[in-house]
Amino acid sequence: MLEKILILLCLSSALAEQPCKPDASDGYKVRLSIKTALGDEAYVWNENEMFLFRATLAFAMRSHLNGQEFDVSNIIVCDETPRVTFWFVVTSPLNTSGLVDKGVVEEAIRMSRNRINSAFLLTDKTLEFIGITPTLTAPVNPDTPPWLIVFGVVMGAVGAGIIVVLVSPLVLKKRKKNEETDEDEEETGVKAVENGSTREGVYNMSFSDDERLTQM
Amino acid sequence: MDREAESAEQTQVHGLQEMTERPKWDNKVQYLLTCIGFAVGLGNVWRFPYLCQVYGGGAFLIPYVIALVFEGLPLLHMELAIGQRLRMGSVGVWNSISPYMGGLGVASMAVSFLVGLFYNMILAWILWYFFHSFQSPLPWRDCPLNLNHTGYVSECEKSSAVNYFWYRETLNVTPNIETSGSLQWWLVLCLATAWCLVYICFIRGIETIGKAIYITATFPYLVLTIFLVRALTLSGATDGLIYLFTPNWETLKNPEVWLDAATQIFFSLSLAFGGLIAFSSYNAQKNNCERDALIVGCVNSFTSIYASIPIFAILGFKANENYNACRNWNILRLTNAFNIADENITLENYGDWLNYLNTTDPSEVDNLNLKTCDLQTFLDQSASGTGLAFIVFTEAVINMPGSQVWAVLFFVMLFSLGLSSMFGNLEGVLTPLLDLHMVPSWMPKEIFTGLICLSSFTVALIFTLGSGNYWLEIFNSYVGSMPLLIIAFFEIISVVYIYGINRFNDDIEWMSGRRPNFYWQATWRFISPFMLLVVFVAYVVVEAEKQPTYNAWNPDYVRKILQFLYNITPYPKWVYAICVLLSVLPVVSIPIVAMYKFTGFLKKYIENRHSQNPYANDL
Repeated sequence: MLEKILILLCLSSALAEQPCKPDASDGYKVRLSIKTALGDEAYVWNENEMFLFRATLAFAMRSHLNGQEFDVSNIIVCDETPRVTFWFVVTSPLNTSGLVDKGVVEEAIRMSRNRINSAFLLTDKTLEFIGITPTLTAPVNPDTPPWLIVFGVVMGAVGAGIIVVLVSPLVLKKRKKNEETDEDEEETGVKAVENGSTREGVYNMSFSDDERLTQM
Repeated sequence: MDREAESAEQTQVHGLQEMTERPKWDNKVQYLLTCIGFAVGLGNVWRFPYLCQVYGGGAFLIPYVIALVFEGLPLLHMELAIGQRLRMGSVGVWNSISPYMGGLGVASMAVSFLVGLFYNMILAWILWYFFHSFQSPLPWRDCPLNLNHTGYVSECEKSSAVNYFWYRETLNVTPNIETSGSLQWWLVLCLATAWCLVYICFIRGIETIGKAIYITATFPYLVLTIFLVRALTLSGATDGLIYLFTPNWETLKNPEVWLDAATQIFFSLSLAFGGLIAFSSYNAQKNNCERDALIVGCVNSFTSIYASIPIFAILGFKANENYNACRNWNILRLTNAFNIADENITLENYGDWLNYLNTTDPSEVDNLNLKTCDLQTFLDQSASGTGLAFIVFTEAVINMPGSQVWAVLFFVMLFSLGLSSMFGNLEGVLTPLLDLHMVPSWMPKEIFTGLICLSSFTVALIFTLGSGNYWLEIFNSYVGSMPLLIIAFFEIISVVYIYGINRFNDDIEWMSGRRPNFYWQATWRFISPFMLLVVFVAYVVVEAEKQPTYNAWNPDYVRKILQFLYNITPYPKWVYAICVLLSVLPVVSIPIVAMYKFTGFLKKYIENRHSQNPYANDL
C-alpha cells in the first residue's frame, strides 16, 4: 500500500515537472547575448530579469489571445545555463496542466517581438527564440531612387556646360559683328583698296632655315 | 631619292598650312600633365599592385625597372621626339617618314578608337557606383530580400552582397556570351553621362583638354594621399603591406614574370596609341623632349608604386576583417554549443578555450564543423581589374567608418584617372583626321568632336547589353594587347632604319640642343627592337597555348571558387573568329598600305620605262 502511494507520488511529481524540459514539443529555447548587445552597460541576468521575461511573455500571450488572462505563473521556465539560455513552455490559464500550442505561442511572440526586445534593450539578433525566424525589415524604398537624383544633377551641370561652351563663341562673334557694322557706318571715307590677303603668295623656301628638307 | 623628295614636299605643304593654324599648349606644364595623365590610368591602380602581389612583391620591381629602362623610356622618347619634330598626328608622321609606313598611322588610329570604346564603358560603370555612393547604407552592403520577405535572394546568398550588386544589379549579366540580353537602360544612361563628360572636356581639342587636365591629372594624387593616410591607420594594414612587399626571389626564375613586366610597362605608358605623338605635335619644336620623356616615364612608374601602398593597406584591412569575422563565427558556435557565458571566449583566448574544449569533449567540437581561419587565405583573395575596384574594394569600404565619403572619393579618383587617359585615346583619333583634312571646312571643330563622341557612344552600346561585360573582356584582351606590340615594333624599326638613326639624332640635337647619348643609341638601335620582338613572340606563344575561355557568371552553377560563381566556358566559334578579327584588323592596314604604295610605285616605274621621254622633268 505504502509502495503504491510512493509510486503514485513519484509519478505525480514527475508529471508535474514534465511540462518544461529541454526539447519540449510545445516549448521554445531562448538565447540572450546581453554582453554582445550592451558591452559595458550590460546588466546581470538574475531572478528579477527572469521575472520580467515571464511577465513580458504573459503580456504577449494576452495581447494575442484576447480575453484569456495569462499570468506570470503560466510561463514555466527551466534548464537555465550560464550562456543565458533557457527553455520555456506556456500553460493555458483555463487548464493549468495543458500547454498552449506551439504555433499559437509563435504567433504571439511574432506580434509582440518588438516590445519584448525593447523590454530587455536587445535586438532580434541578441534575443533569439530558436525556431522563430525574425521577419526581416523591408528595405526603405524611396519613390525616386537616390542615384537618379545624383545622375540628374551631374547631367544637368554637364549639359549646361556644353551649351555654354558651344554658344559662347557665337555670342562673341555676334558682338564683334555688331561692333564692326557700327564702325563701318561711321566710316565715310574712301575705302582703301586692299592689297589682298597676306596669306596669298608662294612661300619662298630658299630663306627657310629648314635645311633638313633639301637633301638631294 | 624620289621618296624623299615626295615626303619633303608633303612636309613643306603641311608646314605652310600649319604655320598659320596649328593650336598649341598654353604652357609646358599643361603638356606634361596631359602626357602624364594619359600614361597614368586605371592600370596603375588596379593592375600593377596585383602583379606585384602575385609575382613575389618587392622582387617584381626588378623586372619592372629593367623593362622601363630598356623598353619603356626609349619608345617614349622616340614617340615624343618624332611628334614634336614632324608636327603631325600619327598618320601624317608615318606618311612623312615613309609613304610605305603610312599604314602604321591608320593602325594607331584604329586601335585608339577601339580602345576608347570600351574604356569609356568602364568609366560608365565607375559613374554608376559613384551615383550609388550617396546612400546610407551603401547598396552593396546588404543582400536584397526575396519576394515574400522571408529571407534573402538566393543568388545573393550563394555569392555575396557585393558580388550580387556588381553582377546582377549593375551588369545584369547573362549566363554566357551567346545570350545577349537587352540594353540595360541604367547603363545606357551612365554611358551617355560618361560620353557627355568626355565631350565637354574634349570639345575643342587641346584647348579644352589643357584646362581640364589641371584637375583630372592632379586630383588622383590628392585622393591617393588621403587614402594613404587613412589606410595606414586601419588595423591589418601592415599585414597587407608586408604581404605586398615581401620579396620572393624564386619568382624571378619564371619567364612569365618577365613577360608580364614588359607588357605592363608597355601598356602602362600608353605607347603605340598615337596619342603621345599627337600631344607632342602641338609643342614648339625647340623643346627638350628627352627630359619630358624621362619625367613622364618616371612619374608613371612612381605613381604605380605609390598607388599600390594604400590599395594594399586597405586590402590587408579587409583580409583582417574577414579573418576576424571567421574566428568570431567559430567563437559563437562554441559559445552556443557549450552554453558558455556570453563573450567569455574572445579572439585572444580563443586558442586556449579551443584546446580545453577539445580535451574535454572532442566529439562535440568535431560536430560543430568549425571553419579553418587562415589570414593567408584571405590575403590571397586578390583581384585585378574591375574585380578589384567593384568587388574587393567596395567590400573593404563597407567596413570603414564613414564609408560614403571613402566610396565617393575612390570612384571620383578612378573616374579622373580614366578621363585623362580617354583624352589621349580621342586625340589619337582626332589629330590624324584633322591633319588629313578629312573635316569639311564648313564644320566647326566642336561639331566634329561631337560626331566622334556620338558615333563612339552608339557603337559602345553593345557593352550595355546583358553580355556586355564578356564583350568588354574580349576587346580588352585582343585589341588592347597584340596590335599595340606589332605597331610599336614597326614604329621603332621605321624610325631607326627607314627614317635613319643619324637623321633622327640630328633632329633631336636641333630640337633639344643635345645629341642623344650612348644609352639612347644602344636602346633604339638594338635593345628595344629586340626586346619588343621577344615579348611579342612570347606573348603569342603564351596566348596560343591557353584555351580561349572566359569566366561566365552562372547563378545556377553550384560549385564555388572563392565565393565567385564562375563557370569557365570556352568561346563559341563565331566569337573566337571575332576575337581574331579584332587582333588582326587594326594591323592589317600596315601591309595593305605598303602594298598599295608599292604597286603605285611599280606602275610609275613601268610607265617611265615605256615612255623614255628625254624632256620629261619628273623622275
